[in-house]
Amino acid sequence: MAAIVPATPAIPPRKRPSLRKLTVIAVRELAPILVTLLFLFPFIVMISTSFKSPDETFSIPPRIWSDHWIIDNYRRVFEVMPFWRYVGNTLLLSILAVIGTLFSCPLVAYSLAKIPWKLRGPLFLLIISTMMLPPQVTMIPIYLLWNETPLMGTWWPLIIPNFLGSAFSIFLLRQFFRGIPNDLLDAARIDGASEARIYWGIVLPLAKPALATVGLFAFVGTWTDFLNPLIYLNDPELYTLSIGLYNFFSEHGVEWGPLMAACVIFSIPLVVVFIVAQRHFIEGISLTGLK
Amino acid sequence: MASLPGASASRRGLSPTAVGVLFALPWLIGFLVFQLYPIAAAAYYSFTEFSLFDDPVWIGLDNYRDLLQDERFFKSLYNTAYMTVIGVPLGLAFALICALALNTPSRLQPLYRAIVYLPTVVPIVAATYLWRWLLNSQYGYVNQVIGWFGLYQPLWQEDPFWTKPALLIMGLWLVGATTIIYLAALKEVPRSYYEAAEIDGANAWSTFWNITWPAISPVTLFQLVIGVIGSLQYFTQAYLFAQERLNQGGGGPKDSLLMYGMYVFQNAFQYLDMGYASALAWILFLISLAVTAVILGFATRWVHYEGD
Repeated sequence: MAAIVPATPAIPPRKRPSLRKLTVIAVRELAPILVTLLFLFPFIVMISTSFKSPDETFSIPPRIWSDHWIIDNYRRVFEVMPFWRYVGNTLLLSILAVIGTLFSCPLVAYSLAKIPWKLRGPLFLLIISTMMLPPQVTMIPIYLLWNETPLMGTWWPLIIPNFLGSAFSIFLLRQFFRGIPNDLLDAARIDGASEARIYWGIVLPLAKPALATVGLFAFVGTWTDFLNPLIYLNDPELYTLSIGLYNFFSEHGVEWGPLMAACVIFSIPLVVVFIVAQRHFIEGISLTGLK
Repeated sequence: MASLPGASASRRGLSPTAVGVLFALPWLIGFLVFQLYPIAAAAYYSFTEFSLFDDPVWIGLDNYRDLLQDERFFKSLYNTAYMTVIGVPLGLAFALICALALNTPSRLQPLYRAIVYLPTVVPIVAATYLWRWLLNSQYGYVNQVIGWFGLYQPLWQEDPFWTKPALLIMGLWLVGATTIIYLAALKEVPRSYYEAAEIDGANAWSTFWNITWPAISPVTLFQLVIGVIGSLQYFTQAYLFAQERLNQGGGGPKDSLLMYGMYVFQNAFQYLDMGYASALAWILFLISLAVTAVILGFATRWVHYEGD
């Protein structure tokens, strides 16, 4: 509760800070650290477990610190599954998703934000409302549709939809495009530039930060996707990491050490991407959440 | 609409409508093929008996009649409602508390904010397996901490009463996005309001309820809608918590983790009963429509937009 006390210094009624005021300051300084530690703790467990032997993993009570850190769990990851293949598969699908998203979503967003046509308002509402649609509603007919094509069992059912836009990314880009001044585009139109030229030459270069945000979300979304690979991938050669992690489960139980090691490697690319491009993530989220 | 006069007409003489439709074409195709057609097709399949290997056979309302006799259908509805009614408000409240705690003038705030968001970029499969370990009833850290306080240490993954709370706890770790949105909203509240409240001698509690809460209510509404919609499609975490084999989601102990989305999946891809699964899917579609309408309908009562 202390956090909502305004930070502006009021006129001090006394010379020495009262005990009450000191408590408020202490809470205000400590609260964020406590919250942060709470969120950090599971990461510490993940990393710590990934470097522990089975004996130490199954200790009662559990201990974060180990007297004998080991690297074997990471070696085991490569024995249990074709790890590099899965990394490659996941990476390829994620990059194709980024390309597809960056091809399709800005086009649609431009139509919604900057082309003065009558039905763009209703279209925008339609796009927004599809965000409410649970994937389980459309999942079965889409599966049956792919089943009619020779593409079933390949990666194409996971790739092609990205080239047809996603509501969330279109929404985010549309919000950004609306901020681009119309005068700029009208001036180009008077000079005889076509919409395609304005889009390619003016709008896209201006929208680089928003494109980066949308591309990042597409990357993360595909890297972490579980449901679609689960439905469409049957050939272990084509598996992604999300599906491959199941290899650590067996009738004899779960190999927690190696599993956590795999989780660490699986998460690292995203953590790095996030740290490098933090600004884009935070801005993207704030942009979609507030307006 | 052949051509509009002035600057808005394009050089090639295409009307703005034609240009607009052309630019929107990728989404329009996607909408027709991957959304509109599937919804219609699911409606048709829901009136058929359809096992994937044979052609669908029309059976009228039989699937829907069977639903009313199906205990697992009601169980999955209950489980999903549980996650929605308890999980969504809990997540929002926790996100708001975190945002309030982080809303200090500290120079480290960007770092705090980044750490709170970090869990949401961890692959959901990795996150769920990590929490299965943290919530391990014997060797897990969560029960150890509970033990320090001398409280009851639940069997998070074995006791049907505690499996859903286990998912709720995991959900709290993933509120980063909502926290960031709340944090941004808190910064938008005009400082002068707080100064006025301080002059009036209002305490922190009443300042929160009279100033902060109304000011951020549009954000709360938006997050509520997003949260409820997300909760209706709850799948991956519960599936992985209850996983028996890679392609066989169980329902967890006594079906306590059988979410609606999982039941659709099971019927479609494990029992290959596409007709029955489509009936389930259509009911989910109707529920999503109804829930969204209800939330938006109630919104005017407690959401304050600036200038009201």
